[in-house]
Amino acid sequence: MFSKGTKRKFSDGDEEISDESLVGARVASSYSLQRQSLLDMSLIKLQLCHMLVEPNLCRSVLIANTVRQIQEEMTHDGSWHMVTEAFCGPGQSPSERLVATEVLCRSREQDAEPKLFSVISYEGCREEEVVADETLCSVSVSDTVSNVCLAGRIGQCWEKSELSGVERDEEALEDSRLGSGEDEEIDTEDGASTESPKTTGQVFGTFEIKNSSPAPDSALEELFSDVDTSYYDLDTMLTGMQSAPKMGPYDILDSLAPSHSSPSIVSTPKCRSDLNELDHIMEIIVGS
Amino acid sequence: HLLLGYTDVISTVEFNQTGDLLATGDKGGRVVIFQRETEVESGEYNVYSTFQSHEPDFDYLKSLEIEEKINKIRWLPQQNAAHFLLSTNDKTIKLWKVSERDKRPEGYNLKDEEGRIKDISTVTSLRVPVLKPTDLMVEVRPRRIFANGHTYHVNSISVNSDGETYLSADDLRVNMWHLDITDRSFNIVDIKPANMEDLTEVITAAEFHPQHCHLFVYSSSKGTLRLCDMRESALCDKHSKIFEEPEDPGNRSFFSEIISSVSDVKFSHSGRYLLTRDYLTVKVWDLNMEKGPVETYQVHEYLRSKLCSLYENDCIFDKFECVWNSTDSVIMTGAYNSFFRMFDRETGRGVTLEAWRESSKPRAVLRTRRVYTGGRRRRGDVGVDSLDFTKKILHMAWHPAENIIAIAATNNLYIFQDRVNAENL
Repeated sequence: MFSKGTKRKFSDGDEEISDESLVGARVASSYSLQRQSLLDMSLIKLQLCHMLVEPNLCRSVLIANTVRQIQEEMTHDGSWHMVTEAFCGPGQSPSERLVATEVLCRSREQDAEPKLFSVISYEGCREEEVVADETLCSVSVSDTVSNVCLAGRIGQCWEKSELSGVERDEEALEDSRLGSGEDEEIDTEDGASTESPKTTGQVFGTFEIKNSSPAPDSALEELFSDVDTSYYDLDTMLTGMQSAPKMGPYDILDSLAPSHSSPSIVSTPKCRSDLNELDHIMEIIVGS
Repeated sequence: HLLLGYTDVISTVEFNQTGDLLATGDKGGRVVIFQRETEVESGEYNVYSTFQSHEPDFDYLKSLEIEEKINKIRWLPQQNAAHFLLSTNDKTIKLWKVSERDKRPEGYNLKDEEGRIKDISTVTSLRVPVLKPTDLMVEVRPRRIFANGHTYHVNSISVNSDGETYLSADDLRVNMWHLDITDRSFNIVDIKPANMEDLTEVITAAEFHPQHCHLFVYSSSKGTLRLCDMRESALCDKHSKIFEEPEDPGNRSFFSEIISSVSDVKFSHSGRYLLTRDYLTVKVWDLNMEKGPVETYQVHEYLRSKLCSLYENDCIFDKFECVWNSTDSVIMTGAYNSFFRMFDRETGRGVTLEAWRESSKPRAVLRTRRVYTGGRRRRGDVGVDSLDFTKKILHMAWHPAENIIAIAATNNLYIFQDRVNAENL
């Protein structure tokens, strides 16, 4: 159900979002939407930093700064907190979450395809969920703190250029990043969805692309019960995006990639090879 | 006129100190040198030499490719008959010697014409080899390879006025090299934070002062310029002067920082001013005034409302270069849609020109163009939405003494001479 006379890009459920406190001011709402959209876009761009050629550090830094800026503003707004609340699954507390951060697609509610791996069917949605899951990235390390400093992730991304091939260093970095995780929360979604896993980490957590699913719990369960299948098709990226972003680097993707021969995959060949590149990189990082 | 249709995208353009030679580097690691005809007044530039400067490389330790794309070329001041230039890709800087050979020795005693050793018994008399003229040959040889100096991508090189040293800058560090020494360099700026997570600013360009060999400037992604004096300390992390313009609160957006990032910085020939390019403007700074630029020119202000789309398609990260003319009275920079802009500092007026050639008219005059932003629309105006953002003019050079400009438009090189300046400004 859409508001009268208004063409909305996103689900009308948006109106139930944190902007309620702004007395449904359309301007504020659309600003909030734009800001969210910018945040999503930025996070996706950051993910693309795991490339075959060393990423452009200047670009990465500028995008990361933009993300920080949005995050700060959202924290001041209070919309951060509200959004996080909206996402709190029943019976789940932040500390229990293994998923560090997540940026959800606003229109997940209207997503007609609850399939985990659908991409093409993702019609109306411009943004996709981006789930940051640093745990999966460093299974052995993330015992306690699920907060991963996004800057840390970025740092890892930038550190790539300083990789000396010593896994130890990488793990040490991971450890230190995890240990020093701050309590900032990421604004995950303006939508009214109650489903998205809670965000406990920071914006710079590792990312994973995830389709929205109707039941948050089941989504979570799937996420954690069987790691293999919880990875979503790399190709499930924003339909609106021009370039196929890369998946967060997990060696688990290794097993996943070949299994994704589903015709719904939109990805370009480039995406596929990127997967392999990421796997390789992650293998080094995770030390698996 | 259009000089050459490349197969590769041109990534750098540079005249030498006399302007007789023009070097271009491309994405494929090739360098093409053009030489101006000297016999004719207003001679044309013809291909002088082509060579492969850098090859693609692979960093096995990090499992990353190293692109062979030439990021910058800088000529050394000429000291003898040979010409020297520095060319760099992301990691390695090379010094090339370009020399001519138009004579060759003939009449060796022990070797025959093809160079084969003669049978001693056939030698009946001795003679002195003589130099005979041959067809002109241009030889290019690598003389120095300055490797392993940079962990990050080299974005600038600059030859010092002392003629002995040069600097190279990457995202986080600036190194100073001696032209004769390849196995070590001095690190003069290091802005790498102890914790990479704290990284918020990178170096975007650096240049030595044209006269003072102890001064250099470097620009950052936050829009600041730092002038450093090497006499003050060995490590110039602490700047002598910092040039920053306070942010305009009225224009603030999430993209403010990105568009303030300086993509190029150039000292004026006089050494008194600095020219910087950020995403929407070019600015002239007076070295004596740190609190802000003395002149600001809008390159394509009509893009301000499109920043979000430009962020999405990454165009907002395009790095445009900027150049001074020989007398520091005109500045020039590139834009989209094969347009480039020239600003007359005395009148403050700017003009938009297009790097384009009608195939039927190889010597067409540069066309003045206009981007329609409102008001009365004239014929030939281009709408903002019909701008081609893939046609970007990022690299350009201005002849050191005359009004000759070299514009790189993706994989085409244009050289415009003479009347350009007078007619359009």
